[in-house]
Amino acid sequence: MADHVHLEYVVEGDNFVSAGSATESVKACLKGMGVKPEDVRRVAISMYEGEINMVIHANGGKATADIYMDKVVITLADTGKGIADIELAMKPGYSTATDDVRSLGFGAGMGLPNMKKYADECLIESTVGVGTKVTLVTKFSA
Amino acid sequence: MSELKRLNTVTLDPSKCKGCVTCMKRCPTEAIRVRDGKASVIYDKCIGCGECVRLCPHHAKITSYDKLDVINSYQYKIALPAPSFYGQFNNLDDVNYVLSGLKRLGFDEVFEVGRGAELNTLATQIILNKDIIPKPIISTACPAVYELISARFANLKQHLLPVLPPVDISAKLARERAYKKGYTDEQIGVFFISPCPAKVYALKSGFGVKKPYVDGVLSSSEVYMKLLPVMKLIDYPDNMSKMGVTGLSWASSGGEAAASMRSKYLAADGIENVIHILESVENGTLNDIEFIELNACTGGCVGGVLNVENPFVAKARLRQLRIKFPQIANSLADVGKPADFYLCEEPVESDGFVTPNRAEAFTRLMEIQTMYQTLPQKDCGLCGAPSCRAFCEDLVDGRIPKDSVCPQLNKG
Repeated sequence: MADHVHLEYVVEGDNFVSAGSATESVKACLKGMGVKPEDVRRVAISMYEGEINMVIHANGGKATADIYMDKVVITLADTGKGIADIELAMKPGYSTATDDVRSLGFGAGMGLPNMKKYADECLIESTVGVGTKVTLVTKFSA
Repeated sequence: MSELKRLNTVTLDPSKCKGCVTCMKRCPTEAIRVRDGKASVIYDKCIGCGECVRLCPHHAKITSYDKLDVINSYQYKIALPAPSFYGQFNNLDDVNYVLSGLKRLGFDEVFEVGRGAELNTLATQIILNKDIIPKPIISTACPAVYELISARFANLKQHLLPVLPPVDISAKLARERAYKKGYTDEQIGVFFISPCPAKVYALKSGFGVKKPYVDGVLSSSEVYMKLLPVMKLIDYPDNMSKMGVTGLSWASSGGEAAASMRSKYLAADGIENVIHILESVENGTLNDIEFIELNACTGGCVGGVLNVENPFVAKARLRQLRIKFPQIANSLADVGKPADFYLCEEPVESDGFVTPNRAEAFTRLMEIQTMYQTLPQKDCGLCGAPSCRAFCEDLVDGRIPKDSVCPQLNKG
């Protein structure tokens, strides 16, 4: 048997009804294996931010979660327009979301900052015109 | 705890159960299985929401509650009618008919749960102002929601409102009054007239209290049927009510939250909506909300399965009734109790929140996941579990034999 659980999800673009379902599935697994509530919450917040980013900005994408006994590695990969200036995108409050999206309560410019804040490791790789891949590692306290 | 739940939530009448999968597919916590042609409940997973009772086309689900006769075992009988109870009566223009009727039915005293609701509201306001509980604060008044949080959203336990539910506050005050009249605990019987089976379990298991203040939980519909003929004989009821719009509003969804006097509140009802809101709180997307009221039943307590009337009709009737009421009829000063009188006597997260052993739970997850990959993932229900994942859990947890095979795969 493998040493970890691998999960894959398709995240649909512009679908605000299903947005968050990948996060909810991962949360359910972590809770089931007794991961501390604070850690589940950190995963929930950072992964949800990533998932909603793909819904809003990138016409969806693919999410994976690799759950180990002591950590979870989440990737969120899309083939959207890419992030031109990652440093600027990391600034709290900076957003390129449209007014329509903002009127739904999204696009506050806290997505990437929150991912960095709540995950232990946050790697953002992006090429304009090709897509973005976010890798989030969250370690579980004993 | 499981046995207490079995006795005090819902059981099955095997003679009526046809083995259809309606309840199994719709149970929000996947607590029902249909094996050997009959449905059964896994009580460790059941939150007592009553959804299966509501949905069963063959009326095979039996809710547990105390029969009205039990009041006769007590010398001094106190009735606690829930605010939703008044919504059951057609053409009721004065709640005093209900209260007087209860006395004629054999109760020595009636104490409206709406009063406890108003005192709960006032105590909640103090907590909201004190900033001691992280926002959003989540109400603990709906026992099915509390069970859901303890089973699936342990993350949110620090958000739970530590104020006693209205029925406990009412029971506590009514009991004290009876002591003053010289009755002892053994002589006093306190009975809640409940809209739902979840409250039966919560009160018998003593949520938030050291020892239950309520001796029995009666069903709204049974008391209604006995009360109707009695009420018809009343020409002029005694003026007994001491409740305002605030207390009455607790009967339907949004009433409790609106009464909290905060503008940043949210009220959700219906178990699927409740789950969705709890997921959102976990995801950190509702941080601008201060107070969250959640009701497992559609419409709130008027939607409880022990009621007789449709929740929307009951809500409309209550709207008519409220015209006669003051905004609020109770105050903390009048009662004269210290603030902690209204607070839960035990930490609200004391039961239910169990943390599994990580290594064992991780192995379990891997086994479930590995097996899940081999299944059709159609969630057809043929195997007697509501989903392919639930089938894997049953197998790994030993609820079905290790050599059980998915019927879809077995077909070849």
